Amino acid sequence: MSQSSLSILLLGALGLVGIGVGGLVLSRNLYRLVLALAVAETGGNLLLVLAGFRPGAAAPIIEPGRAVAAMVDPVPQAMVLTSIVIGVGVQAFALGLAIRARAAYGSLDMDELRGRMEADIDAEAGAPPAASQHAPAIARLAGQPEAKP
Amino acid sequence: MLTRYGALIFAAGFAFFLFVLFAGQPLGAPPMTVGRAVLDQAPAAVGAANIVTSVVLAYRGIDTMGELAILFAASTAVGLVLGRGRGHAAPTAEPGGFILQAGVDLLFPLLLVVGFYIILHGHLTPGGGFQGGVVLAAAFVLPVLARPAEQPSHGAMAWVEGLAGTAFIVTGLAALAFDRAFLAPLLGAGQLGALVSAGTLPILYLAVGLKVGAELASLLLRFTEEEAAR
Repeated sequence: MSQSSLSILLLGALGLVGIGVGGLVLSRNLYRLVLALAVAETGGNLLLVLAGFRPGAAAPIIEPGRAVAAMVDPVPQAMVLTSIVIGVGVQAFALGLAIRARAAYGSLDMDELRGRMEADIDAEAGAPPAASQHAPAIARLAGQPEAKP
Repeated sequence: MLTRYGALIFAAGFAFFLFVLFAGQPLGAPPMTVGRAVLDQAPAAVGAANIVTSVVLAYRGIDTMGELAILFAASTAVGLVLGRGRGHAAPTAEPGGFILQAGVDLLFPLLLVVGFYIILHGHLTPGGGFQGGVVLAAAFVLPVLARPAEQPSHGAMAWVEGLAGTAFIVTGLAALAFDRAFLAPLLGAGQLGALVSAGTLPILYLAVGLKVGAELASLLLRFTEEEAAR
């Protein structure tokens, strides 16, 4: 593999990370957040594998009776194995939390979830319902001390 | 709308930052300070034809144990968050169609064979405990998709998981009895490329495969149960 295809792979991996991060900051659906995290993680794994790549080198597996001149670095590949396993764990836990959020509030939309959570917090603290769902409940409580029971 | 543009600019800036970082790296010519030593010494010292396996189990064995611990923590946390035993074996869940049922019956033994093949040849060919364990988990989750009424018991899976984890740690502790470091490979390197070679590495990978398979299967089953309880 030549240097130009290596830079294409690098751009692809960086593109995956960029798409993932873009999805993380743009999407409001919890499930899409988990998917975006998975895409970004794939790009990161590809970057790790690329870090140990050498042009013309074979995979680090010895076949008896076949001599190879050079092998790629085996250490990043072992690291990627760890990274994939931990990524699976994180995604599973995030999905579990998303399922609980949907069971509790009936929605996966972040704005809707935030509004309902703040309404709950307001109701718990005895504050009047918020005028704007973007204002944090604590600031509203501080601004309206007479509303406390 | 403004926050959308801000988010886009942030993502583009982040990608550019990463690009600048990686453009300065010696890509295609890694320094290989550790990798070269591993490549030189691992075949004779460990005896595994797959050098990645030597790194994962022989040189970084204790990290792999930490990895298993993280997977265990994740599966426990999912069990904790989703609740235990709720909606178990939902009788209302309808069985899958004929094609799914027949396909699962056909695939189940094949998946078992492929899973164990990948696990047991982890020190010879690409693959190993983690990859084979995922195939095993798929083998046990597919029947649940076809026949939701027949749920495999979580108790049996917990036993497999616990025993496999114990086997991994006991194999590691056995090395201490022979005045070696924790998780150091025992039993000699053997002949390079033979199925019985690389000392205790195949045993460790078998334990890893069973543990990952049981853990992932119970994780996926919890999600399907949650779906059925809805």
